[in-house]
Amino acid sequence: MLIRTLRNARITAVSLLAIASASAADITGAGATFPAPIYGKWAEAYQKATGNKMNYQSIGSGGGIKQINAKTVDFGASDMPLKPEELEKQGLVQFPTVIGGEVLAYNLPGIKTGDIRLTGAVLADIYLGKIVKWNDKAIADLNPKTQLPDQPIAVVRRADGSGTTFIFTNYLSKVSPEWKQKVGEGTAVQWPVGLGGKGNEGVSAFVQRLPGSIGYIEFAYAKQNKLTYALLQNAAGNYPVPSDTTFQAAAAGADWNKSAFYEILTNAPGKDAWPISGATFILMQKLQDKPVQGLEALKFFDWAYKNGAKMADELDYVALPESVIKLIHAAWVNIKDTSGKPVWTGK
Amino acid sequence: MNSTRNSVLGDWVFLNLTRSAAIFVLLMLAGTIASLVYGAWPAIARFGIGFLWSGEWNPPAERFGALIPIYGTLATSLVALVIAVPVSFGIALFLTEMAPVWLKRPLGIAIELLAGIPSIVYGMWGLLVFAPVFSKYAQPLLANTLGKLPVIGELFSGPGLGIGILSAGVVLAIMTIPFIASVMRDVFDVTPAMLKESAYGVGATTWEVVWNVVLPYTKVGVIGGVMLGLGRALGETMAVTFLIGNMNVFGGFSLFLPGNSIASALANEFAEAESAIYTASLIELGLILFFITFIVLSLSKLLLMQLSRQEGMTT
Repeated sequence: MLIRTLRNARITAVSLLAIASASAADITGAGATFPAPIYGKWAEAYQKATGNKMNYQSIGSGGGIKQINAKTVDFGASDMPLKPEELEKQGLVQFPTVIGGEVLAYNLPGIKTGDIRLTGAVLADIYLGKIVKWNDKAIADLNPKTQLPDQPIAVVRRADGSGTTFIFTNYLSKVSPEWKQKVGEGTAVQWPVGLGGKGNEGVSAFVQRLPGSIGYIEFAYAKQNKLTYALLQNAAGNYPVPSDTTFQAAAAGADWNKSAFYEILTNAPGKDAWPISGATFILMQKLQDKPVQGLEALKFFDWAYKNGAKMADELDYVALPESVIKLIHAAWVNIKDTSGKPVWTGK
Repeated sequence: MNSTRNSVLGDWVFLNLTRSAAIFVLLMLAGTIASLVYGAWPAIARFGIGFLWSGEWNPPAERFGALIPIYGTLATSLVALVIAVPVSFGIALFLTEMAPVWLKRPLGIAIELLAGIPSIVYGMWGLLVFAPVFSKYAQPLLANTLGKLPVIGELFSGPGLGIGILSAGVVLAIMTIPFIASVMRDVFDVTPAMLKESAYGVGATTWEVVWNVVLPYTKVGVIGGVMLGLGRALGETMAVTFLIGNMNVFGGFSLFLPGNSIASALANEFAEAESAIYTASLIELGLILFFITFIVLSLSKLLLMQLSRQEGMTT
């Protein structure tokens, strides 16, 4: 009886081992919620193409950074890039995957998309609570052709900590010294004014409901909900129309090489660059204890860069320009196994 | 002989099983407190006791204080109770004393069903349906009536956006009513018929019977029900998050203004809190909520003790 139990246990153990080795090619990642839909879609297509699985848990950027540091996942994901010195300290490598843009949606009956133009400084003053009416002189001067109502501005922003907020506050910090000094940048900040909605959908709901409101949301949400949005002046002084091309223009102008991909694509210099763009990032351990897993993760992203652009487009994300993908492949040599050999072999 | 020994052994096993179940609860409680204190320690060490009354919540500057969320938590819960307790009392009274028998069961079941609705549904309903109606009709009405009174008027001043402490409190009231009402109904039901019949027999009205017989007899249960509702209101997360406006700056005492609550701040910010001190401050908020609940429970026990002592003096 006892012997039989033992034998059964051994058989179970052996079969468990077999399962474990069969799933060695499965990779896991965790982190940011913003890119979760596209990572999910890529994973599905990747499994169809190669038979390998990728599991992604969207637990938030902060969680992603914690998980990759604890080595419980093969890669972490964050909307907020880590500074080069942070990466160095934590022994991580980062690279971008897709780009998105944010727009300022407003609810002013009768005033269409593009009828309102704003500069960064004016936008910062609205979010600082210094400009409180739509017909304020600062806004009127930028929009001589638009009949602006004598209506209070209801400022809407995110309530939850979010990479979207980080990109937006980073932009305001770049264009307004007062914002930088009083509020600063982060996934959550101490907002001087405004109502907080939960998630992009919460902010969209507030903007749709409150007349006179303005709020920053992912471009995809503005498009899907058919919200009206403002044009923003970029660093070159132009008013580009938010779209794939203007988001990509922001990415193309960035100097990715010098900064270990620590690039936030706000107020980017290109003449067509949309001023509030941002990439989302992958974090991996520089030193791979399990180089096989590390290689599988890199293979997945290599596949996604090659085949994933169309899927990204369908979900209103923007693929990286070819030049940036080349830089990413080059940076992968920094991911090494314990003997110091690069994990990525270039195949 | 043998069977006696068996029953002794059985008693011993049973005693220890139940005892370990009781100890398990205590261990869970101690473990929760210990892990909260451990997690919050960087924030406790850095901000000290001043964390409790600092009104600043500034993640980029890494300066944190709990005053705004504490205020929002207490204010929304208080608004909820002010509305929910009288309404629940009315429901329970109607169901036990006045409703025709055929209506009692369906109405009772309907109230219990309300308690089973997930809070996210209340949150979505509150944001998309309740808030627009509230801001269009109820808030101007309040501002023009109660808002004109001295002192109290302060609570109903400013523009009504439909989002804020008052809206969150009203939706919380709707969420807590089923809990309080069903407990009240159950305890009203256990009042011995003899007591009530005697009171009716000497010519008391329904109100006199309820106020002088039923309530004194059931006060422990009634207060327990209110505390259950308050417990739910204090810890409610999703519905409040949708409606409170999530504003970490104190703008005044008007209930029309947006605010923040502890549970809502945790739900909103925990996932993306990156720096160690930020996470620790959020955990300290959780610890504070734990203590608020503890204090509320202790106060209700004290109240009950006070009541029973007075009873001893009057009779």
